[in-house]
Amino acid sequence: MSLWNKHAIFEKNSIILIIGIIVMISIGGLVEIAPLFYLRSTIEQVKGVRPYTPLELAGRHIYVREGCYNCHSQMVRPLRDEVERYGHYSLAAESMFDKPFQWGSKRTGPDLARVGGKYSDEWQLQHLVNPRTLVPQSIMPGYPFLSKNELDTADIVNHLKANRIGAVPYTDEMIANAAKDLKAQVNPEPGRGRPREALRQGAGPRFRRQPAEDLGSGCADRLSPGSGHDGRFQGLRRQSQLPLRRGAMTETYALLAGIAQQFGVVFFMAIFLGVVAYAIWPKNREKFNSAAEIPLKED
Amino acid sequence: MAGHTTEDRDHITGTATTGHEWDGIKELNTPLPRWWVNIFYATILWSFGYWVVYPSWPLVSSHLTGVIAYSSRAEVAVELDALKAKRAAQAADLGKVELAAIKSDPKLLSLAMAQGKAAFGDNCAPCHGLGGAGSKGYPNLNDDDWLWGGSLGEIHTTLQNGIRSSNDDKTRISAMPAFGRDGILKKDEVRTVANFVRALSGQPVEAGYNAAAGAKLFADNCAACHGDKGLGNKELGSPNLADAITLYGSGIEDIVETVTNARAGVMPAWNARLDAVTIKSLAVYVHSLGGGK
Repeated sequence: MSLWNKHAIFEKNSIILIIGIIVMISIGGLVEIAPLFYLRSTIEQVKGVRPYTPLELAGRHIYVREGCYNCHSQMVRPLRDEVERYGHYSLAAESMFDKPFQWGSKRTGPDLARVGGKYSDEWQLQHLVNPRTLVPQSIMPGYPFLSKNELDTADIVNHLKANRIGAVPYTDEMIANAAKDLKAQVNPEPGRGRPREALRQGAGPRFRRQPAEDLGSGCADRLSPGSGHDGRFQGLRRQSQLPLRRGAMTETYALLAGIAQQFGVVFFMAIFLGVVAYAIWPKNREKFNSAAEIPLKED
Repeated sequence: MAGHTTEDRDHITGTATTGHEWDGIKELNTPLPRWWVNIFYATILWSFGYWVVYPSWPLVSSHLTGVIAYSSRAEVAVELDALKAKRAAQAADLGKVELAAIKSDPKLLSLAMAQGKAAFGDNCAPCHGLGGAGSKGYPNLNDDDWLWGGSLGEIHTTLQNGIRSSNDDKTRISAMPAFGRDGILKKDEVRTVANFVRALSGQPVEAGYNAAAGAKLFADNCAACHGDKGLGNKELGSPNLADAITLYGSGIEDIVETVTNARAGVMPAWNARLDAVTIKSLAVYVHSLGGGK
């Protein structure tokens, strides 16, 4: 009798097999997934990360809708050549308000995680309409229709609400003013100035109050200069040694996440126990036995 | 559990059966190949070694770092440090020397040119083109017509602080008024002055153009920045209107559009993104492209 024969007990009893599978998956989950929620090295915080403004969120939705992620990743990997070309490697916390994140590994075009501020806004606009007017060898498709399509701003409130369910700390005030803020960012003073100039002036006061004190630092709008973004060779070590910031926002997030996780565990445990009880209920035995015999029945 | 019998052997293969039988067909209980099982055990043993060497098990607030304490971030930091050290000697030379003196040292010059070319391809080519020929709205760096000056120092300043860059306090700034849009000039006045600008560079004017009115409009509205003769002013980044080189087109409609809505090209400030030595190299490289003064 080798060890393998002991396995027969699992193969011949579906309930024991199911329990065995659950035990194994639980161990795997506990060891591999659960620590990601509490290990310091996996929940580091980055200064200057704030939720998207309504206009940015709308733009992000267009980015996702048009499938930009099919060719562009938004994650600079911690590899020498990538850091040399794109700047500081991406940190998970920079994507904490991305629902879903746009990391990816498919790069037909360059990585875009640090492209903010690298080119002028006019360039980006013209490049989106027809990339080849600027970069003759480009194979990126043009998106001229985007300059004709009108942005539907009616549902931006719902987008903010949905993001809040996903633990993005939008305040009630932000949600109530979403559409207004969106338009304000396009054009802060209606009737004056060109929208493109206004765009550069950044988000409305509601978003400035977010922990974004380092915005406008030049490249990489979402990383502070203090995090070591002072050139091609950045002080990489400082990044991971940043003290964990536990502001009010983080506590709200932790609270929401904690509730969500606990509720999820209770919910799935209840379902699981229900299934098990149903499966081993004596009254159901006859039914299951006859079901098990189906393959053996004569036609 | 169901009885497991090893006595029941299939007489053709000599292999034990599981004891199951359907319509006279018996299920063989063929053992796993020995080599396969051994490899399986070997992988389990391997994992123990892996735990010791590499980061593995999570602990209460951190994780086992393993004997070699591998982390991809530490690794890239080491690689970047090595790269920096490798370039340090050369970079130090380039950093120390005066911008103007780089040219007289062939070794430094070739170094700056190589570094400048690489940085240009990554950072500048998207707007100015791979060869620096530019396109509409993005200046040609090969000619000697400069908006903000084409000396080494001026190019260096432009690279550092950008033009109308939103994230640099010392950026070069000037704003042409939107004469038509803001109602400073009427539509026909815009057209008249556009014709005057065409005439400045020796281009044909439209029929019915009033040269005297054009000259007066230009003197009243444009000369302050572009000069009485339209030769431009590099302090203000106002282009020379009397030469044949235009950034946004020299056709009458192009100029009408420019006068109506104004133009305000933006160049990012690079001192936030590139280090000082790279910017220096870029200045030398751009200066050498053909138009350097």
